[in-house]
Amino acid sequence: MKRSLLVIAIIALYLLHQDFWFWRATAPVVLGFLPVGLFYHVCYTLVISALMWALVKYAWPSRLDERAGEDDLDSPAPHHPFTLSQTEGRDE
Amino acid sequence: MIPALFVFAYLAIVIYIGVFAFRRKVGEHPAEDYFLANRALGQFVFLLSLFGTNMTAFAILGSSGHAFSNGIVTYPLMASSSALVVPLSLFLIGTRVWAMGKRYGFITPVQMFRDRWECGHIGTVITVVQAAMLVPYIIIGVMGGGTTLYAISGGRIPFWIGGAVVAMVVMIYVFFGGMRGTAWVNTFQTTLFLLFGAIALVVIGVGMGGFGNAVNELLASPSTSSLLTREKVSPLFFFSYTFIPLSSINFPHMIIFCLTAERMRHFKKTVILYPICMLAIWLPAVFLGVAANRATEVPAIRAKLEARQTLVSQGEALSQEERGELRAKSAGDDILLRLLDHYAPLWLAGLLGAGIMAAVMASDSQILALSTMFSEDIFAFYGGKERFGERAQVVTARVFVIALTVIAYAIALKFPQPIFDLAVQYAFSGYSAMMPLLVGALFWRRSTKWGALASALWAAASVVAIAIFQTVVKTPKVVWSIDGVEVLARTPAGTSVFGLLPVVPMVIVSALLMIVVSLMTKTPSKKTVSRYFLQ
Repeated sequence: MKRSLLVIAIIALYLLHQDFWFWRATAPVVLGFLPVGLFYHVCYTLVISALMWALVKYAWPSRLDERAGEDDLDSPAPHHPFTLSQTEGRDE
Repeated sequence: MIPALFVFAYLAIVIYIGVFAFRRKVGEHPAEDYFLANRALGQFVFLLSLFGTNMTAFAILGSSGHAFSNGIVTYPLMASSSALVVPLSLFLIGTRVWAMGKRYGFITPVQMFRDRWECGHIGTVITVVQAAMLVPYIIIGVMGGGTTLYAISGGRIPFWIGGAVVAMVVMIYVFFGGMRGTAWVNTFQTTLFLLFGAIALVVIGVGMGGFGNAVNELLASPSTSSLLTREKVSPLFFFSYTFIPLSSINFPHMIIFCLTAERMRHFKKTVILYPICMLAIWLPAVFLGVAANRATEVPAIRAKLEARQTLVSQGEALSQEERGELRAKSAGDDILLRLLDHYAPLWLAGLLGAGIMAAVMASDSQILALSTMFSEDIFAFYGGKERFGERAQVVTARVFVIALTVIAYAIALKFPQPIFDLAVQYAFSGYSAMMPLLVGALFWRRSTKWGALASALWAAASVVAIAIFQTVVKTPKVVWSIDGVEVLARTPAGTSVFGLLPVVPMVIVSALLMIVVSLMTKTPSKKTVSRYFLQ
């Protein structure tokens, strides 16, 4: 449920980037120097940071972290498989 | 000349940090130590250096110049879209690449591809495509060093000396310090950007009599009020620009950088704070670029505005060469330097010039990435490491750093910058079109090496095709339309396909090729695939 909400939030945020409603707007000038179109995107950037916090808090891929240092004996890690001699015939 | 002395002092500090300050005894894996700082970067260095790695001269100088000509649209076009896409890519892809690298010992993305898709020479093709699109950045970096030192010294240091000095400094600390030296230098540089960006904003704002005044004056004039809106770009162009930040995680230096974190949790603060860092750097740069349109008391800026005005009023009557000349005169890439020169006291202009220099010197991680790719994906892969040992591999990588820097410098002296500007412009799209490789490798079990090869070749071919198209068709016109629908057009800024930037069809076709070709070809063994999908 949380993950679905986060996916919806990401899509919504992507769509909100296309703020065509402020395309030609210059007013109001927020704080006396920020045109509204720029102010919107400053706020937008701050909201992205909040979304990233939510992703880290509720959707962190901790399983990757746990497995990163493990040795997988069933399918050993190819720590140095990166030579031609070990890949002969693969690209035919 | 005083600002140039500050810059030289700054360069000396950079060499000290890169070469000496964080030198450690090399352990039993010299290659991993040199290329990845032993996968041991801490939280603070990882965040700041990753951010610094992604911020090129364009972020500071180019963004101000773009905003000077196009207005506030520069921020949402380039900064807020990246503020969403880049940390999201780091969260979804960067963490997975880190985990696979830690577990299986990868140093480059192609090593992962070779293992994931059980291929050999196809990996070499991908390396070549990645490298070919990275080289123009390195050349631009050398050119940026030369032009910036020239501007900061008031023309006393010629381009060829400035370029040589900057290239030499970068080469020295990449040669000796490897990834650790580069990361610490990037950390130092990012701190300078953040600090000096804020100082520059305040100093120039006070000098101009307050930004409120500047904005009100821009609003009052019909010729400049559009700079406070997004009228200068179309909604389709704006939408398609959101595909450009997909390139970020596909740059070899970025993906290699993801492997340097000591722990995966270091990504947490990085993805949360990345948008804030974007805001802190881009907002002042864009805002100053827009406000510069009112800085008519600065002679160099007044000349740019006059050139722009002539272009608007007499453009159609002028020859192509005259228009090109006026466009070059009105370009704003040096706008920040001009503002600093006029409004900041000399000593502060020197410090701020050093901050700008920090932005220009972003080619370090790109040089290191190319050296890493050459050393691991070519030299080691074709038997060099087995034959000569790991220490010889690192020596080879260092020699490659010298050779690459010398070649980049020679090219920078010989060829005009616009060629490489164009290459860089479309290399972004090329790297975006490489996205299906990472996504396919990490998220789609059914992906195959042939799908990856098709995507990579498409990315390279489409970049070359656009370059040829823009060379052949120089003037803006519709080249192909169907029933009044514009399919392919040459625009003043480049190329459009259905009114979109070419990056959109490039990414879509690349993804389709990955899907279709993979479905038609044999997948790697279950054993290999299972190592990449933990559940």
